[in-house]
Amino acid sequence: MMIGETFSHGLSGVLANKLRSALTVLGILIGVAAVIVLIAVGNGSSQAVAASIQKLGTNAILVQHGSFRFGGFGGGNASSVQRDLTIDDAQAILSSTNAPDVQAVAPVKQDQGVSCTWNGNSYSTNLTGTWPSYFQISNYPVSQGTYFTNADVVSGARSIVIGQTVVTQVYGTHNPIGTTLNCGGTPFQVVGVLGAKGSSGFTDLDDVAIAPLTTVQHNLTGYGSLGSIAVEATSADSATAAQNEIYTILDGRHATSAASRDYSVINQSSILSTSQSTNQVFTVLLGAVAAISLLVGGIGITNIMLVSVTERTREIGIRKAIGANRRTILSQFLVEATLLSVVGGVAGVVIGLLVSRFQIAGVQPVILPVSVAGAFLVSVAIGLFFGSYPANRAASLRPIEALRHE
Amino acid sequence: MNDSTQRPVFTLSQVTKSYGMGNTTVHALRGVDLTVDHGEYLAIMGASGSGKSTMMNIIGALDVATSGTYELDGIDVGSLNDDALSLVRNRKIGFIFQSFNLIPRTTALANVELPLAYRGVRRKERRQRAEQALAAVGLDDRSSHEPNELSGGQQQRVAVARALVTNPAILLADEPTGNLDTVATNDVLNLLDATHRGGSTIVLITHEDEVAQRASRVIKLRDGQIYSDERNR
Repeated sequence: MMIGETFSHGLSGVLANKLRSALTVLGILIGVAAVIVLIAVGNGSSQAVAASIQKLGTNAILVQHGSFRFGGFGGGNASSVQRDLTIDDAQAILSSTNAPDVQAVAPVKQDQGVSCTWNGNSYSTNLTGTWPSYFQISNYPVSQGTYFTNADVVSGARSIVIGQTVVTQVYGTHNPIGTTLNCGGTPFQVVGVLGAKGSSGFTDLDDVAIAPLTTVQHNLTGYGSLGSIAVEATSADSATAAQNEIYTILDGRHATSAASRDYSVINQSSILSTSQSTNQVFTVLLGAVAAISLLVGGIGITNIMLVSVTERTREIGIRKAIGANRRTILSQFLVEATLLSVVGGVAGVVIGLLVSRFQIAGVQPVILPVSVAGAFLVSVAIGLFFGSYPANRAASLRPIEALRHE
Repeated sequence: MNDSTQRPVFTLSQVTKSYGMGNTTVHALRGVDLTVDHGEYLAIMGASGSGKSTMMNIIGALDVATSGTYELDGIDVGSLNDDALSLVRNRKIGFIFQSFNLIPRTTALANVELPLAYRGVRRKERRQRAEQALAAVGLDDRSSHEPNELSGGQQQRVAVARALVTNPAILLADEPTGNLDTVATNDVLNLLDATHRGGSTIVLITHEDEVAQRASRVIKLRDGQIYSDERNR
């Protein structure tokens, strides 16, 4: 019996009962499509989280005033003396020979909810006072105009760089460069506009205004403790080393130890890896649920093939009487089962790819090529595996009993 | 045919067949001896329960005897496994059943081609031989019809064509006219007569005397044994 022959017998078996075959194919189709789409959703959401963390600066490390302790924001630990986070601290980190993994440092003083007004339009934003290195550390490129300079910081120049949200809210379509923006009663000259970054979680990264640290301290916040110090590690890989160097330097300056720190260091890349591993679990779970539906589809194949074998017992008897051997019958039914699963697999891949083009639950799915190949191959294997039991049953039928079957 | 004309087509010696075990054992055949030569037209008769179906199953290599030997065209069938039995059926036997037993949803031509396909004959040659066989039973104009588009007589003639297409050693017909009206019965029996005249060996199982009269030799079974063996004419 030639392969083409076996194939065409299998095909006619599938086509003999179109509705039943179509429903069985649907089971596999849904399974395969679910595997592809759900893994793509998991993958897409993990990439989205990674991207939004990267927007904050890949190698960024944040030293914050106050400590995270006992799982909460323990900054208000009244019994211990809280040292301020100072510009000297920032200088120490930057200039220390003990911090080879630190590339750049920017002290940050924020004034929240500062009302900025131009030409009668007012918008309340967060005003950040810092050094120019902040733009690089936090991954904020300007799209228009320039940054302020170190000289501006030294002289306390009233220059300001604003984010896209501020531009839209205050200026609309007017070009803000060169205008005077009045923030918290102080007139600033707009020298640059930041490129759009979008949002990270619920935080609008474009809702910012950045000015020289000295200017902000002098005019708005006063010279108290810094809110934080932004540090850039030489690379994402050296972020942990840089974090430890910062601990060593600041513990020395603040006379603190791991248990009594009055500051905390947040490592962006460790947040990234934590969130990625969380997302991996999420993706695996989604994939597992989808795989179960593929398995159920496979059981559907067994079921329908068993029905088909029972229905066609007499036909099997006739075939055996006129000379079909075990292998011929076995391969005919295996081909039938595999055809069902392959058609389901191909259709599932197509549907999966189509559905993955749309956003699902706010996530843009990103197809994992391995999942497409995997889901398809598994569907073929399911046809062979789940078809083998009914096919074996058909092949082992005894011709006289099969012929007697009504 | 070749040198095999010198020996009988098949020989049953002391064949018994029993089903079940212990007290419920049914002895369907109780020691049957039978030798059939080339070109014989043998009718096997008997009431229901006489063992004629069991005998047809054994002659047709659909089943093996409990004891005794069955030699078909020089092959000891009793010692064969299932796949070898399939091969023997394909090479040596053409079946005609009471209920036609064509494959449903499959054209007459494809039905006739099927035993050749199982034998591994190439498509082109297969088609040619199947068309010839259909023409021989007068159905060359029905080759693309499926069984449910054919009358009972036509279906049985397709079955005859399917049985003959492989040039079997025996044409084994089990009540071939049991489901047919008088006209179709005559058609099929005339076809068998013509086949017999062409030199084929035919074994016909029937309980109708008119049908048995066409045969050259009639054996009658009762309680699993042959009690009469007569040659007509």
